[in-house]
Amino acid sequence: MPAFLDISNIDMVFPTPKGDFTALKSVNLKIKKGEFISLIGHSGCGKSTVLNVVAGLYKATLGGVILDNKEVNAPGPERAVVFQNHSLLPWLTAYQNVELAVKQVFSKTMGKAEMAEWIEHNLRLVHMDHAMHKRPDEISGGMKQRVGIARALSMQPQVLLMDEPFGALDALTRAHMQDSLMEIQEELNNTVIMITHDVDEAVLLSDRIVMMTNGPAATVGEILDVNLERPRSRLSLAEDKEYNRLRSAVLTFLYEKQRKIEPIKSATEKKAVLSSAS
Amino acid sequence: MSAVKRHLAFASVERLSVQSLLLAFQRLFKSLLLPALGIVAFLILWSFTASSINTSLGEFPGPQAVLEQVQNLYQEHRIEREKEAAFYQRQEERNAKRLAEDPTYTAKVRAYTGKETFWDQIVTSLLTVMSGFLLAVAIAIPLGIAIGLSKKLNTAINPVIQVFKPVSPLAWLPLVTIVVSAVYVTPDPMFAKSFINSLVTVTLCCIWPMVINTSVGVASLNKDWVNVSKVLRLPALRHIKKIVLPASIPAIFTGMRMSLGIAWMVLIAAEMLAQNPGLGKFVWDEFQNGSSQSLSRIMTAVLVIGLIGFFLDRSMLQLQRLLSWDKSMELR
Repeated sequence: MPAFLDISNIDMVFPTPKGDFTALKSVNLKIKKGEFISLIGHSGCGKSTVLNVVAGLYKATLGGVILDNKEVNAPGPERAVVFQNHSLLPWLTAYQNVELAVKQVFSKTMGKAEMAEWIEHNLRLVHMDHAMHKRPDEISGGMKQRVGIARALSMQPQVLLMDEPFGALDALTRAHMQDSLMEIQEELNNTVIMITHDVDEAVLLSDRIVMMTNGPAATVGEILDVNLERPRSRLSLAEDKEYNRLRSAVLTFLYEKQRKIEPIKSATEKKAVLSSAS
Repeated sequence: MSAVKRHLAFASVERLSVQSLLLAFQRLFKSLLLPALGIVAFLILWSFTASSINTSLGEFPGPQAVLEQVQNLYQEHRIEREKEAAFYQRQEERNAKRLAEDPTYTAKVRAYTGKETFWDQIVTSLLTVMSGFLLAVAIAIPLGIAIGLSKKLNTAINPVIQVFKPVSPLAWLPLVTIVVSAVYVTPDPMFAKSFINSLVTVTLCCIWPMVINTSVGVASLNKDWVNVSKVLRLPALRHIKKIVLPASIPAIFTGMRMSLGIAWMVLIAAEMLAQNPGLGKFVWDEFQNGSSQSLSRIMTAVLVIGLIGFFLDRSMLQLQRLLSWDKSMELR
């Protein structure tokens, strides 16, 4: 049986003035329907590039992505993206931001009242119904990201792509958002690819953790199955043996096998090149 | 609550109100008194300097002379209006009389052809500048959006824009005049040729800042918003309406304000040079006239031109405040 989402043999090469830069090399990943996948790796290893290829925002140099037996070649609402910096349109209210998406996706299949109900339903899902007529600059960072998630969910995507959705939030808000996301996931059972830097977040939320090697020419290093029972609670898991085993497996991968070796000298050189270029 | 506590609370409330009063006074001082001080200082400097400049037409007009002229000009305007009313009344009476004598007579109605007053010139200038500016807006904003969205189009058009941008209105004017009189030939013209001349000159000169600012605003669109639009697969027109236009409102308005300022300056020069009706012609006529009042009349016109320019800019700013989504942005 073919995978629901098949990322096969992706190479990504960016042309630069100093010659080609290979960001990704032979990335392979098969994802089942309803699976929650975390992509983890050091910064600059090409996690976002993988996500952007799946989203259709980048075109892979080699290889391709097949979603539900169709090749991905352009961005589309069936692969909704939650961006790191919420990217809400600041001139629209939370409601209008979701409305823009809903109108675009469902204006042919839903009536006006139905659409309004659907918009409100999605905002309720992320607990933003109390502030749905506020504009992004009137709400907090966590709330903005909630609206961003509501907007993505409202498109009823086949795959939900999240690019470090909670990266810009403080630790407490992040924990809160993770709980919300688990709650939503329990209800909707979406197929999700989430990029993260956070080991705890990856173990807590995922069915599988995909660990990427360092770039350039990054690829999938190891894949870790997370067979913790759901619903998961961060408090009881803190003492859980399996949880801690998984956690240390990811940490070992990141800090022993794929330790980011960047000698101080080369780092300063890099900086010098960057500053002279700009 | 004990008496002492109550007393303390009362004292703090009192202190608070004194403080807020002080703050209010400070704000008043900053927003009203300081500008007033500046204006008074200018008036003193002006009248002092004016009295020490002697010209062939007498002393340079000071504030006093200008004030007199404002009254004079208003008086002249009223007299002219009375004359006009009287003219139409006479005409009507005459026609009624002829009609009574001979029922087959078709009345001729002639328009009053009196001299245009200072106030008429102001109205003409304002109408011309707004028409020229609106025509420029109608061309510049779609063009700017197109250039901003397409790098190729920008590379192709940019050299042309850069060359025409610094051209003085006075250089355009002869060409515009000749072309308009050659092209705009109708038996029953809706607009006067002089109006079209001024309008086209204004448009040609004030279109560029708007084109450039709009295109820069559109080109520097936040990448995330573009990605949102791509993921949603917004069609081109919806993309422009929902994402590009709102995002570039600040840049578009910056261009529009610059353009309106240029439009107003250009118009006065064009009217002066081409003898087209308006404030510029008023200044030129007074200069040619060379009476003892001419200088103070010109000085009055200078101040009125400045005030109208200021008023135009403020109106634009108010419009921007009304339309801008970013209320936290400081506009000045």
